[in-house]
Amino acid sequence: MGTVLVDGIEVPVADNERLNGIQAAERAGIDIPHYCWHAGLSVVASCRMCLVEQGTKDPATGKITMIPKVVPACQTPAKDGTVFITNSDKVKQCRAQVEEALLIDHPIDCPICDKAGECRLQDYYFEHGQPERRADIRPFHSPKREMGDTVTLFVDRCVMCTRCVRFTREITGTSELMVTNRGSHEEIDVFPGFPLANKMSGNVVDLCPVGALGDKDFMYQQRVWFMKSHDGICTGCSTGCNIEVEENQDRVYRLKPRENAQVNQWWMCDEGRYGYHHVHAEDRQVGPRRREGDKYVNIEWNTVTAEMKAKLTAAGRIGAVISPHLTIEEAYLLIKYVRSIDPAAVLALGPVPVIGTDERFPNGFTIHAEKAPNRRGIEMLLAHFGGKVLSFVDFQKELDAKTLRAVWVSAGYKKSDWNDETTARKFAGLDVLVVQDLFSSPLWNMATYQLPGGSFAEREGSYVNFQDRLQTAKFAIRPPVGAWVEGQLYWRLLERPGLYQSRKVLTEAAAEVTALHLALGGVPPTGLDLRANQLAGEKKEAATV
Amino acid sequence: MKPDDAQVNWVEEPKLGLTGKMYLPLIFSGLAVTTKHLFGPKMTVSFPEQRPEIGNPLIYRGVHRLNKDEQGRVKCVACFLCATACPAHCIDIIAAPSPWPDRDKYCESFTIDELRCIFCGMCEEACPVDAVELTSLFDLTGRSREEMIFDKEKLLSVYDMTKDAEPMKSRVMGASP
Repeated sequence: MGTVLVDGIEVPVADNERLNGIQAAERAGIDIPHYCWHAGLSVVASCRMCLVEQGTKDPATGKITMIPKVVPACQTPAKDGTVFITNSDKVKQCRAQVEEALLIDHPIDCPICDKAGECRLQDYYFEHGQPERRADIRPFHSPKREMGDTVTLFVDRCVMCTRCVRFTREITGTSELMVTNRGSHEEIDVFPGFPLANKMSGNVVDLCPVGALGDKDFMYQQRVWFMKSHDGICTGCSTGCNIEVEENQDRVYRLKPRENAQVNQWWMCDEGRYGYHHVHAEDRQVGPRRREGDKYVNIEWNTVTAEMKAKLTAAGRIGAVISPHLTIEEAYLLIKYVRSIDPAAVLALGPVPVIGTDERFPNGFTIHAEKAPNRRGIEMLLAHFGGKVLSFVDFQKELDAKTLRAVWVSAGYKKSDWNDETTARKFAGLDVLVVQDLFSSPLWNMATYQLPGGSFAEREGSYVNFQDRLQTAKFAIRPPVGAWVEGQLYWRLLERPGLYQSRKVLTEAAAEVTALHLALGGVPPTGLDLRANQLAGEKKEAATV
Repeated sequence: MKPDDAQVNWVEEPKLGLTGKMYLPLIFSGLAVTTKHLFGPKMTVSFPEQRPEIGNPLIYRGVHRLNKDEQGRVKCVACFLCATACPAHCIDIIAAPSPWPDRDKYCESFTIDELRCIFCGMCEEACPVDAVELTSLFDLTGRSREEMIFDKEKLLSVYDMTKDAEPMKSRVMGASP
């Protein structure tokens, strides 16, 4: 255990911790400005924005000896006895000078720059810059260029922090980006014929502290200060990356990764990042409908509760397909509902799409082939309620036996390709077939009841990812008029009063399902590792045997 | 405000004298003011036959216009600063990459809801390229609400209509074009 002094504040540092000056200062609540340093990348100390005064404290005499010159905090290890001064006049002057140097050839086109509002150069100028521009140099103008299919480079805005270059070298290992020329002619570029085309390319836009790298998907769509950010979980695959869903007036404009050292660190893949467009797709289903003969008639959501109860009770034997896109809370409520009508209802896991193979990047980040966020969670619930986990294929065999009279299918997939005509035909001849989905599919077109559901941005609840980590997402937007999010519908079907409360349902589920017991104490922002519970359970079982 | 606030000056209602209580003398003194103004200089104008004079068009806040540059292109760069500054949320912009090489971004659509607008002039203040300005046109009318939502073409046509009478404020005030 050591102690680092930052501006006179004592910061305890453990022996095995390898912190630099910026991280030590952060613990003391002091923000050292920096451009090039990023916790997930190697240190280059090239931007010089984090210059601080540094010295050492003699443990015997307690005398502090300062180094006469300033050093970059990002490159200076914070070990026992290290002293940092971050608020002296010398440091302030250094920051102002760095900021001035960067702004000399910056175009200052903030009004048309998408980064404005969340730009480091802007923020630090207000905080550390000097009000007057002394240099009489006109900012140079260089046209923007395409880096690849996802990213555009605004050459003149770049401050040469090389975060993006280091990202492609260290995290993806694809090394598409490089620095061309030298000195004041330095530019970021790609090698001719090798565009930025890796599956995590969108991250360089988040990494860019200024507006040099622009996301083509988001470009000119919205100013950042109009958007509100909501903590969510990516539902693109079973990794369960922590994300921020940024929306304005119920329209999602972009997804950004949220730091979680246990799951996705600081990154997310392009598939997840740009995989939100289905939320606002033109062909999304809205308005509940009932089949009458060959036609569908519109019904009211308010009448659904009574109608469902009557129809399902009349049918008797019920089967329910629980989609891996449902949250734990929603799946739990659905199971409760079908079991309240038919105590022996057959429960099955919905189809889990698997596309290709897992893709692992050199830093350990993995894009999973399993394109559903909550297979593990649903399996835990099914194991508790159904005894065994029935797959979608097994469920179809169950259908062939013709014992089931009613089936409730929940879906919520990003595309409608999760079932085909052959699968849909197996569901023929049922008294009641309820399908809840976002898009029309063969099965949807056979349903007795078509109930439009919610997308990931509208859901609230918890997902269990591939490593049994339970993570909670909040809803970001309201569903389109005419669609009801599954949680709210099930809540209403169970005739519970008021609005759906995911927190309450999770506590209830955790109290009932052993595998989820840990969630009783609440879910921390970085998620809850359920494996700890399983290990303890195994140990207990072993002890009793 | 507290009753014992030192800054509050409490005024008692004056007691009515004999003439006040008699009522008629005050009626006549009021009529005398009316009669005096009947023969004095006229303060009103007979709108719409006669148009009121706008004192200083530079600071008058009437209907908006979208300025054009020398090549007749819309000056707006779709920075959304007017929409950000607007307290009535009446400006709606859709930005797009510009078709011209000297600019990155321009407004594909620019609409101002003139019915919702409170004519505060904040958009004009916020604009970094002097694209949106308030003219001295004050009598805007329409037959429907939709008609009063001015789109880009309409706002540009207001510029064409008023550019001769009212040159761009920035130039008049000596700013760079």
